[in-house]
Amino acid sequence: MTAVDTDIAPRGNGWVGLAPIVLAAGLFAAFATALPSIAAGEALAFVRPWVPALGLSLAFVIDGLSLTFALLISGIGALVLLYSNSYLAGHPQYRRFALYLTAFMLSMLGLVLADDLIVLFVFWELTTFTSYLLIGFSHRSEMSRRNALQALFVTAAGGLAFLAGLILLGIAAGTTRISEIVAQGEALQSHALYLPILILLLAGAFTKSAQVPFHFWLPNAMAAPTPVSAFLHSATMVKAGVYVLARMHPSMAGSDVWFYTLTTFGAVTAVFASILALRQTDLKQALAYTTLMALGTLTLFLGQESGYAMTAFATFLIVHSLYKAALFLVIGAVDKATGTREVDALGGLGRLMPITAAAAAVSAMSMAGFPPFLGFIGKELKYAGALAVASEPMLVAGAVLLANALMFAVAGIVAFRPFWRGAPTVTRPVREVPWPMLAGPVILAALGAVFGLNPDLLQRTLVTPTVLSLTGEVEAARELKLWAGVNLPLILSVATFALGLLLYIGHVHLRRALTRAAQRTPSLDAGWDRFMDGLRLGAIHLTARIQTGRMTDYLSVTFATIALALAAAMVGRGLPGFAPLAGETTWLHVPLAALLIAGAAQAAFTSSRIAAVAALGVVGIGAALVFIFFGAPDVAITQLMVEVLVVVLVAVVMLRLPELREAPDRFRPGHALIAVSVGAVTSLMLLAVLDTPLDRSVTDFFEAASWPEAFGRNIVNVILVDFRALDTFGEVAVVVVAALSAVALLRQKREDNR
Amino acid sequence: MNSIILRAGTRYLVGLLLLFSVFMLLRGHNEPGGGFIGGLIGASGFVLFAIACGTGDARRALRLAPETLAVLGLGLAFLAGLVAALFGDEFFTGQWLFIGATEDSKGLPLSTVLMFDIGVYLAVFGATLSLVFAMEEEV
Repeated sequence: MTAVDTDIAPRGNGWVGLAPIVLAAGLFAAFATALPSIAAGEALAFVRPWVPALGLSLAFVIDGLSLTFALLISGIGALVLLYSNSYLAGHPQYRRFALYLTAFMLSMLGLVLADDLIVLFVFWELTTFTSYLLIGFSHRSEMSRRNALQALFVTAAGGLAFLAGLILLGIAAGTTRISEIVAQGEALQSHALYLPILILLLAGAFTKSAQVPFHFWLPNAMAAPTPVSAFLHSATMVKAGVYVLARMHPSMAGSDVWFYTLTTFGAVTAVFASILALRQTDLKQALAYTTLMALGTLTLFLGQESGYAMTAFATFLIVHSLYKAALFLVIGAVDKATGTREVDALGGLGRLMPITAAAAAVSAMSMAGFPPFLGFIGKELKYAGALAVASEPMLVAGAVLLANALMFAVAGIVAFRPFWRGAPTVTRPVREVPWPMLAGPVILAALGAVFGLNPDLLQRTLVTPTVLSLTGEVEAARELKLWAGVNLPLILSVATFALGLLLYIGHVHLRRALTRAAQRTPSLDAGWDRFMDGLRLGAIHLTARIQTGRMTDYLSVTFATIALALAAAMVGRGLPGFAPLAGETTWLHVPLAALLIAGAAQAAFTSSRIAAVAALGVVGIGAALVFIFFGAPDVAITQLMVEVLVVVLVAVVMLRLPELREAPDRFRPGHALIAVSVGAVTSLMLLAVLDTPLDRSVTDFFEAASWPEAFGRNIVNVILVDFRALDTFGEVAVVVVAALSAVALLRQKREDNR
Repeated sequence: MNSIILRAGTRYLVGLLLLFSVFMLLRGHNEPGGGFIGGLIGASGFVLFAIACGTGDARRALRLAPETLAVLGLGLAFLAGLVAALFGDEFFTGQWLFIGATEDSKGLPLSTVLMFDIGVYLAVFGATLSLVFAMEEEV
C-alpha cells in the first residue's frame, strides 16, 4: 500500500491527470454509439493487414460479448482514473501511474476486441506486463515488488501455455481468425488436438483468472494502490481469462471434459474463496477473496450450455463489475480518510462520510442480492442456471448457495459494520472525500439500482447480445425479471438470506476458527516462496558446476563439442566418400609433415611451458610453409606474423604465471581422448571435403573480374578490399573492438589490485 | 630487456620493418601483401622496439596512442566506403582516379580502395600494439 498522505484536498495532477480521463470517457462514448447496432444483433468488424506473409491481420470485432467488456473497461476505467487523480493527488510519480493505467486499459480493450488469435495473445501479454508494473507501483516496498513478480510469474507461465494452445488451435482450425473458428461450431471437438488445446487454453485462463490452485497471487496483488485493485482485480484483468473461455465457448463447450473441468474448478474456487474472504480482517483483502468467488462462479457457468446459465453469466458479469469496483473505491476512500482498512479499527463512519456510506450500502445490497437491485436478479438467475445443469444440479446449486450466503456475510462486514456499527476509534478528524473520489462509487452503485429496477434496459442492450455471442441464438437469452413468482430460485434466495445472516452474526467466532484452521494447513503462498528459493539455489549450484573458472574445463568442453558435432554431422548425413590419404604427395611434403608432427608431440609431452609455446610455434610455422607450398603467400605471411606476435604475447604472460599446480608430465586420458578425437574428426572432414569436386564458378568469376573491374592482380587482396570490402570492414571492426576490450580488462585488473 | 646489442640492432630494424610494411601495403593490390599483412609487420617492428627500449619509449615514438590509431583506421575505412555515395554508387564501391594515364599505362592510380587498405593497415597496427603494450604494462 502506498503511503497515503493525509491531505485530501481536491487538487489534481494537471493535464497528466486529466488527459487519460478524457481519453477513457471518449472511448466509452464511442463504444456506446455501437450499442444500437449490437442490440439489433449485428457485429462490427475492423480488419487491417499486419503480416500478410503469415496471413495475420489486425482484426477486431465488436459483438455483444466484446462490447459488454469494452463498455465495462472504458467506463470503469474513466471513473477509476478520475478517482486516482484525487487519490494520488500530487504523487511524485503520478505521470508514471497514469501511463501504466492507461496502457493497461488500452491493452485490455485490445484483448477483448481482438478477432485474431495472435493479436489476442499480444494484448494478453501486454495486460500481464502492465499489471505487473501497476502491482509493483509502490516499488520501494519489498512486499510490493515480491507480489508483483509473483503475479507476473504465475500469469506469464500460464501465458506460455496459452500461446501454445492458441497455436495448436490455429493449426486445428486452419485459421487464426476467431470469428471463423467460432463459425465452425463444435466441429473442433472431434479434432485430435482438441484435448491438448483445451488443457493449454485452460491453463492460461485459470492462471489469469486466479482459479484454485493458482489463486494465491490475486490477494497478494492487493499491494497495488486501491484504484488499481478496483480496476484490474475486479472488472478487468482477472476477467480476461473468463473472457477467453466465453469467447471460445461456442466451439469448445459441450464436451464432458469441458463441463467437468470448468464446473469443478469454478465451484471449488467459489466456495473456497468465500470461506477465505470471511477470514480477512483487512477490508481490501476480504474484497479480493470475494473477487475470486465471482471468478469461480463465472467459470462454473461457462462450463454449462443452457440458456439460463449463459444469461446468468452475462448478468453476473455486469453486476459484479459494478458493485465490486464501487466497493473497492469505497474502501480506498475509507482508507484515505481514516488511514486504516482494518475492520476492527473502523466503526461509525456513516455519519462522518454519508455519501460514501450510501454508495457502499447500495453496492453491498447488490452484492448480497437484495431486491430491487441488479444483484438480486443476478442471484435468481444463478440459481436458475445452477438448477438447469444437466447432471448434479443440486451439487452445483449447493455450491452457489453456500458461496452466495458467504458473500452476503462479507457484504455486511465490508459495507455495513464500518459505517453503521460502533464508534470511530481513529483519532484523526474524518471528513468526506472530495467529489472525484465519490463520483465513481456513486455512479456505479446507482447503475446497480437503475438496472435492477429496469432490467429490460440491460436485457436489450447487453445481456441478450452477449448470450447471442455465446450461443449463436437470441432465443437462448432468458428474461431478466425482478419478480418471477414463487419458484425454487426464490426459495433458495430466502435460504441464502437466512444462512448469510447467521454467518454474519457469527463471523467473529468463525474467523477465529478459520484462522486456527489456516495455521494448520500448508499455505500455497509460503510454498511459492520455497519454490522460488529452491529455484535460486538450484541456479547457484548449476552455475558453480558449469562455470568453474578453470580454462582447462572450458577448453575441454569446447573441443569435445567440436569433435562430437562434426562426427554427428558426418555420421548423421551418411558417411561421405574420402579422398585417398596419399594423394599428390612429393618428397618435399615428408619433412614438412615430420616437422609438424614433431612440434605437436613436443607440445603435448613437454613439462615446460616455454618449450610448449616454442613447439606450438614450430607447428604454426609448419602450417605457414604448407600455405607457401600450395600457393597462398598472403595467408602464409599473415600466419607467420601472427605466430611471431603470439610468441611475444605469451612470453610476456609466461614470466608472470604461477607455477603449474599439477605435475605437467602426468598423463591425462580424458584430454588425450578429446585431442585425438578432434584430430581424427578434422582429418576425416578434410579428406571428405577433398573428395567432393571443387566448384570453381566463384573462383572463375574473381579471376576474370579482378583486373578489368577492380584493377588488381592479387585476387586475395582484391577480394578483401573491394569485392568483399564490407566483410573486411566488419572483421577489422571486430579486431579493434576486441583489442580495446582487452585493454580495458587489463587496466581494470590493475585498478582492482590496488 | 637491457641488451646493448638488441638496442643497437633494433634502431635499424624498426626503420626497415616500417618501410617494409608500407611496401607490403602498397604492392598488395597486385602482388602478395596488403593492409592486413602490412599492419602486422609494422606492429611487429614497434613490438621489437618496445622489447628493446621499453613501452614508454615506444609510445613516445608512436606520438599517437595506439588505440587512437586503431579507431582512426576504422574511421578511414568507413569513409572510404562512404565516398561511393558521392558518385551515386553502392556502399564500398571502389572509386578510381588515374593520374597521368596514357594509352599504354594507367599512370598513378589513386582509389578509395587504397584508402580502405590504409584504414585496415592502421586498424590492425593500432589494435595489435594496444594489446601488446597493455600486456607488457599491466600483467
